[in-house]
Amino acid sequence: MNELAAAVPWLGKRNPAAARWLILILAIAAPLIAWQFGRSWVRILDFALLYMMLALGLNLVVGFAGLLDLGYIAFYAVGAYTFAFLASPHFEVHLPFWLVLPLGAAFAALAGIMLGFPVLRLRGDYLAIVTLGFGEIVRIFMLNLNYPVNITNGPQGIGMIDPIVLFGWDLSQNLQITERFAINSLFLYYYAFLACVAGSILFIRRLQISRVGRAWAAMREDELAAKAIGINTRNLKLLAFALGATFGGVAGCLFGAFQGFVSPESFSLMESIAVLTMVVFGGMGNIAGAVIGAFVLALLPEILRHIAVPLQQAVFGHVLLDPEVLRMLLLSLAMILMMLLRPTGLIPARARYAHPENLHRSSQP
Amino acid sequence: MDAETLQQLINGLVIGSVYALIALGYTMVYGILGLINFAHGDVLMVGAMTALQTMLFLMGVAPGMSPVAMLTLALLVAIPVSMLIGYTMERLAYRRLRNAPRLAPLITAIGMSFLLQTLAMIIWGRNYHTFPQLISTTPLQPVEGVFVTPVQIVIIVVSALLMIGLTLLVNRTRIGRAMRATAENHRTASLMGVDTNAVIAFTFIIGAGLAAVAGVMYASNYGIAHYGMGFMPGLKAFTAAVLGGIGNLGGAMLGGIVLGLVESFGAGYIERLTFGFLNSSYQDIFAFIILGLVLIFRPTGLLGERVSDRA
Repeated sequence: MNELAAAVPWLGKRNPAAARWLILILAIAAPLIAWQFGRSWVRILDFALLYMMLALGLNLVVGFAGLLDLGYIAFYAVGAYTFAFLASPHFEVHLPFWLVLPLGAAFAALAGIMLGFPVLRLRGDYLAIVTLGFGEIVRIFMLNLNYPVNITNGPQGIGMIDPIVLFGWDLSQNLQITERFAINSLFLYYYAFLACVAGSILFIRRLQISRVGRAWAAMREDELAAKAIGINTRNLKLLAFALGATFGGVAGCLFGAFQGFVSPESFSLMESIAVLTMVVFGGMGNIAGAVIGAFVLALLPEILRHIAVPLQQAVFGHVLLDPEVLRMLLLSLAMILMMLLRPTGLIPARARYAHPENLHRSSQP
Repeated sequence: MDAETLQQLINGLVIGSVYALIALGYTMVYGILGLINFAHGDVLMVGAMTALQTMLFLMGVAPGMSPVAMLTLALLVAIPVSMLIGYTMERLAYRRLRNAPRLAPLITAIGMSFLLQTLAMIIWGRNYHTFPQLISTTPLQPVEGVFVTPVQIVIIVVSALLMIGLTLLVNRTRIGRAMRATAENHRTASLMGVDTNAVIAFTFIIGAGLAAVAGVMYASNYGIAHYGMGFMPGLKAFTAAVLGGIGNLGGAMLGGIVLGLVESFGAGYIERLTFGFLNSSYQDIFAFIILGLVLIFRPTGLLGERVSDRA
């Protein structure tokens, strides 16, 4: 949370404790504020949290370990499809959430290792293209594995997926407190996802300053030197892919359950690029960067959608740029301009290990 | 050789020569800058779309014009437009990132690719456009059961001529020598009086011009064009460049042809090989599988001597 607090402008540096409280309050109050603008905004916030998980996971691979992965969305897809297979009428299997979630995460991790093995020797740009190819292969299989045996149901996707049920408590139903007051299901999902994101942040934070995280940093900066000081780069790369994929898989499971429907369309290359842009935009190798990047780039297209479309209607009389085009324009420009003007991202990662006192402070409980 | 095999061979050669032309652009830029110009496929799309626009315009203005003249004029518009796009990308984005950390130019290139697609989507919409097939597509039948369309013949001939031209340019001319020198070592080349910035810009321009021709041929062959048409051929051409040995001109040509053949034969036989489990809708995965295999087992490619181990 320290890094997140430091990301708050003005207050962050002066009074980190107050900044921390501010973030906590905002995070809890966010859906209540969004509710004022309509329920679709709460839904958008829910998706923003899923994007945060994805960005955190991808940041692990790209930012910490320095492996550019352009097929990250494939792991999201593996998680979502695992959930769809094991908890929907598609195969008439309805396993409980607590069982499917770890399975989805495990399958995604396995997919990460499967991708990791062949690309161990590749670096930089080659790695990017091969991972991109991996993502496309997964998507092509999702699209076409409905024949001769119907496994994925092809482009139609799988629907009627079971919702998240925690200890007999169905998150897709509004929670009736009194007769006249109920908590909307979107809020329940929001807080469940928020808990997941918070848990991920805590975990990744510990990971970053652990032996593994430091070894990743060494490998990212100079692989040869890292090898020379005895770091097992092979295992570390595999671990980065597997762990990153696990986050993708968990987010995928949550996505499948929340949306109730998965189809190959949600896992296009554009989504991989979108998540990458979030990481790049926020600042590679930085937890706060990933979180803020995901938050801004998940919300901004929606805000544009609600502002730009009526605006165009008023000015030109018809819609020139539809929301999807605006989103692509925004993401691609964000990527290019960020690289040209501020390659370290919105919140640059601090060179933590250049300052031992930072290390000491942040490792205190 | 039976008719079916021969047919696959011809189809493979046609698509392979298009891949080869695109791959040349990748390989030249990689050879000199060490950059994968991700947006190269989208330059192809810009070429095809501009040609389409020109043809539609000409059809409106001078309906009686001969198809060959029309196609030539369309190319004469499409090539400079693509070259301009290639030059602009290099000048505005890649040049500033020449000394940046390695991931920065690549991420920029990905952004460029999507930016070009989005702009094309804004200008030409999301729909698939019918691309006028000005060269006849009525199949000829040189051998019983084997079909070749005139447009396919033109594709093979034009690609061959362009490849010969490029080889001569690189090997026999002054600017070609400057390109080779720059690829060898920027600093030394500039110490020898080579204006490396101009050479790099020139490389982008030539690559973009080739991509524009490839785009027009690709669209003529399939009869459709749309904003995202450059992506897949771009990726496959990259695969071809890696397969042949990236940075090597002959390799890119060879890689393109080999990839075209593998795809054509693979799509033709996959159903029989997998007992009907996979069918030709899996055609696109061959390129990726080849790419993976080459990078794992022979990262230098078929003809390459460069080591891929560059961080």
